[in-house]
Amino acid sequence: MPKVTFIAHDGTRHAVDAAAGESLMRAAVDHDVPGIDADCGGMCACATCHVFVQPEWFGRLAAPSAQEEEMLNFTAERRDTSRLACQIPITDALDGLVVTMPEGQH
Amino acid sequence: MPTTAEIQAAARERAFSMPLAEINPADAQLFANDTVGHYFARLRRDAPVHRSTSPLFGPYWSVTKYQDIMAVDTNHATYSSDWARGGIVISDRPMQDRLAMFIAMDPPKHDVQRLAVSPIVAPQNLANMEGLIRERTRKVLDGLPRNETFNWVEKVSIELTTLMLATLFDFPLEDRRMLTRWSDVATSNPDVDKRVVQSWEQRTAELQQMLAYFTRLWNERVNAPPRTDLVSMLAHNPATRNMPPEEFMGNLVLLIVGGNDTTRNSMTGGLLALSQNPAEWAKLRANPALVDPMVSEIIRWQTPLAHMRRTATRDAELGGQTIREGDKVVMWYLSGNRDETAIDNPEAFVIDRARPRQHLSFGFGIHRCVGNRLAELQLKILWQEILARFPVIEVLGEPARVRSNFVRGYARLPVRIPG
Repeated sequence: MPKVTFIAHDGTRHAVDAAAGESLMRAAVDHDVPGIDADCGGMCACATCHVFVQPEWFGRLAAPSAQEEEMLNFTAERRDTSRLACQIPITDALDGLVVTMPEGQH
Repeated sequence: MPTTAEIQAAARERAFSMPLAEINPADAQLFANDTVGHYFARLRRDAPVHRSTSPLFGPYWSVTKYQDIMAVDTNHATYSSDWARGGIVISDRPMQDRLAMFIAMDPPKHDVQRLAVSPIVAPQNLANMEGLIRERTRKVLDGLPRNETFNWVEKVSIELTTLMLATLFDFPLEDRRMLTRWSDVATSNPDVDKRVVQSWEQRTAELQQMLAYFTRLWNERVNAPPRTDLVSMLAHNPATRNMPPEEFMGNLVLLIVGGNDTTRNSMTGGLLALSQNPAEWAKLRANPALVDPMVSEIIRWQTPLAHMRRTATRDAELGGQTIREGDKVVMWYLSGNRDETAIDNPEAFVIDRARPRQHLSFGFGIHRCVGNRLAELQLKILWQEILARFPVIEVLGEPARVRSNFVRGYARLPVRIPG
């Protein structure tokens, strides 16, 4: 199983085994990683699974959809490496992925 | 007088036996006596996207299931919020009476105006406000009468939300009840209920007074250094500083109603829900950490805004029905939040649900409630402070409900705190 790591805003690291085919958001929620709210349950409709992808990984992900761009636009702390975790499908190629989390999810 | 149980039973019987075509869930009477849920249950079962007709509002589509509502809310290209097409509530007002506010705009204008105010509820700012909210909540609760009946809406819900709103606007505290009044005026519909305003002319006149008051604040702040209050933020942001007066008025109404009416009614609704569900209250007392999931459950259970409306920009298919360009589409959030195919045991108030945040009360997509986390913070602090003080709050009778198909709220809830 690909291992992915979520680094909370306070620096706490949460490494979890994610199942290929599920989303990065689901990996966090199913493992009770705090800091991913996922209010809409994965519909790209709330932007409460906002993460910052480490730069070395960012370019390896498929580009965000127009809808994801739109939702990211309204997050409080948008950066160049911002993504919604519900829009990142886990694959074996993402083994070792590291993302950090914003101070809060809106 | 029939009892509440008799009224509910009769409504259920009628909702499930009347011809589908006659069902009109926008009838404000169904909200005033809280029987609309039976009609939504019928529609979810038999006609989840339903061609409804109202004598006041004309034909409209009632969208009643969670996933269909999500589909409309996340497709702003097909389902427009633009005030010029009809806006975000079921009533169609003459063009000059429509309020130009960013919730009733589509991209790109919506986006830049929303971004002008959204920093006020950014995480750091919320953290800065938490101490003030807690201090005020304590003061309001400590000042409540003991051993006598009082109106929870007036002394707690209105007082706390109006204080919050005054802070967000940096509005003179001594005049804060004007904000409450303007909020009530803005959401009132004199065709449905004349208790707030007698006529549309009176409504317009009072909103003009609001605009004049806020224009004074704007003029003070536009030439002063930028500060973190909503008026200063609007006055200094390039996207909003040259707004025409009608857009300033529209956005004021949006921020006043959004920051006031909604949380007010969740503050009342939470107490009502707990008093109707004593086992849940006991669960909360035994484990105060349940305040967090309970806050989301209160917001779902209450659904303080019952609907949002869109207008189709093109023909589309929704839930097996063909929506035509120009059709009015009403997303009944209150119904989606009771949809048994999306939420387990949705009629029940359960403070420790597995996924309490998955509700429709804030909407989804680009118009999702900008103040959602502030609302949750206010409710969380209220319940933490109640638990720290009052072993019991007795609800002494039925609430008086607001007669509206938009604001799902309360005018009165009689309570008594022993001690």
